[in-house]
Amino acid sequence: MPEKNKKVDKELLLRVAANARLNLTGAEAEEFLPQLQETLEAFSKLDELDAAKEQPSFQPIKLTNVMRQDNVEKCLSQEQALRNTKHRKNGYFLGPRVV
Amino acid sequence: MGEGLSIKQFVTEVKKGNISVLEHTEKILSEAEQSNSQYHYFNLIAREAALKQAGEVEASIKTGRNKGMLPGVPLSVKDCICVQGIESRAGSKILSGYEPLFDATVIERARAEGAIIIGKTSQDEFGFGTFNTNVGIGFEIPKNPHDIKRCCGGSSGGSAGFTALTKLTHASIGESTGGSIACPASFCGVVGLTPTYGRVSRYGLIDYANSLDKIGSMGKTVEDAALLLEVIAGYDSNDSTSLKQEKDDFSKIEPSKLKIGIVKELFENCDAPVKKECMNAIKKLGAKTQEISLPLNAKYGIAAYYIISTSEASTNLARYCGMRYGLHEKLEGNFNEYFSKVRSNGFNKEAKRRILLGTFARMAGFRDAYYLRAMKARTRLIREFKEAFSKVDVLANPTMPIVAPTFEAIEKLTPLQQYAMDLCTVPANLAGMPHISVPVAMQGKAPVGLMLTADHLQEKKMIQAALAVESACK
Repeated sequence: MPEKNKKVDKELLLRVAANARLNLTGAEAEEFLPQLQETLEAFSKLDELDAAKEQPSFQPIKLTNVMRQDNVEKCLSQEQALRNTKHRKNGYFLGPRVV
Repeated sequence: MGEGLSIKQFVTEVKKGNISVLEHTEKILSEAEQSNSQYHYFNLIAREAALKQAGEVEASIKTGRNKGMLPGVPLSVKDCICVQGIESRAGSKILSGYEPLFDATVIERARAEGAIIIGKTSQDEFGFGTFNTNVGIGFEIPKNPHDIKRCCGGSSGGSAGFTALTKLTHASIGESTGGSIACPASFCGVVGLTPTYGRVSRYGLIDYANSLDKIGSMGKTVEDAALLLEVIAGYDSNDSTSLKQEKDDFSKIEPSKLKIGIVKELFENCDAPVKKECMNAIKKLGAKTQEISLPLNAKYGIAAYYIISTSEASTNLARYCGMRYGLHEKLEGNFNEYFSKVRSNGFNKEAKRRILLGTFARMAGFRDAYYLRAMKARTRLIREFKEAFSKVDVLANPTMPIVAPTFEAIEKLTPLQQYAMDLCTVPANLAGMPHISVPVAMQGKAPVGLMLTADHLQEKKMIQAALAVESACK
């Protein structure tokens, strides 16, 4: 069910932020909320445009699927893949705990 | 040495041995370094790597082995394009320390022709801005070369600013999602060329919005920008959206007076002096013209563009989480807490705003109303362009509705007011149409650019018209 007409409030903003893995400070939430509301309200004029029956253009030009032979090609070595991280252990990426 | 020479002239002199590549590279690096404290065009100047490359090119010229199209030509590169071993941050703190293990395809192609990569240019964080004032945390805002109280335009602001500032032969590789090449080119008084979506490989580009991003060229003249496009264009199996295409000699195109469509709505919404200068330029050209109306693009372009671009950006930026590259924090807390901490510390405000907007537009319950609706609207907007191109060869409108604003004026704008400034550049970008901004006049200290747009893969027509405009406005 589209909730289009539901106004974005602080609770929804914080839910969106949590989904996006962003911790907003109180000042940021206060600043962003009216800006987001203003922007979405302005963009809702897209509703006037009759496009319901159109095919969506996920790309601006027609693309064709690209396939290749399932052959092993040149790729990064393990050492190279780890070169840009500070968190590694025994040749693996070291991540934060999962639970 | 090398001052005031076009790329073609420079290359001829280099091949004759009249210009030393090493000396020229040293000279432009010094200029980049000296001007950076005032203008901030570079996020990084690659002195050591550039001189090493220059030495190799010089040696290959001396032994007659160099057959490249750009031997010794210095190129600056927008920060979002990967250069092997050179910190590439897309203007964001969250990519601090990231040194790509490979060159983007465009860099590989430019190097193969002998070009020298001199550094990474300033941009709005991930391309999120119109004035290059939305830089990442810890980055400096570039200043307009004609008036330091004004902005360079964004998001490829450093590329445009340095191209305008230096008198030495130089071109830049920029990137446009919604107008990020044309806008700064217009504000700084240089040429900014954005090709058809898919004409140039995006392999090695740090994405903003995949269905919109296009790598393009910036130069002092149409010929320089066209030559650089010729080098970087072409099919690439590493980019699944890359187009199969004939090899075009963009640098050998002659000016031609084609039929120009004057886009009614885009002129109407511009400041009077900008409108006047652009109309004058078209008159000087003396070409056949026809008024063209693009009401849907003018009315709905911005909304559709921002919904699509932020939706795509919010998914692209999900990869930055402080694990594999870029900004790292101490590994504390669970994965949610850790990722959130890195992202909250690494992104500046506009990046957060766009991530929020895009995440919202894709969320369950809102996706059809925003994201899908915008994609369907795009279909109609593309069709409107196609109809226009059945009547005229090239469309013309002011690149930006205003000249480069002062930093003081920009501070007063809300995000929505800033987005609205992209009115003239967004339609062509949303539709993936090639477009070019050509400087046509000065309004006091501020340049005015005219934008020419052609149909998909009709870069030749666009360049023909741009050469004619450039020559008419000399």
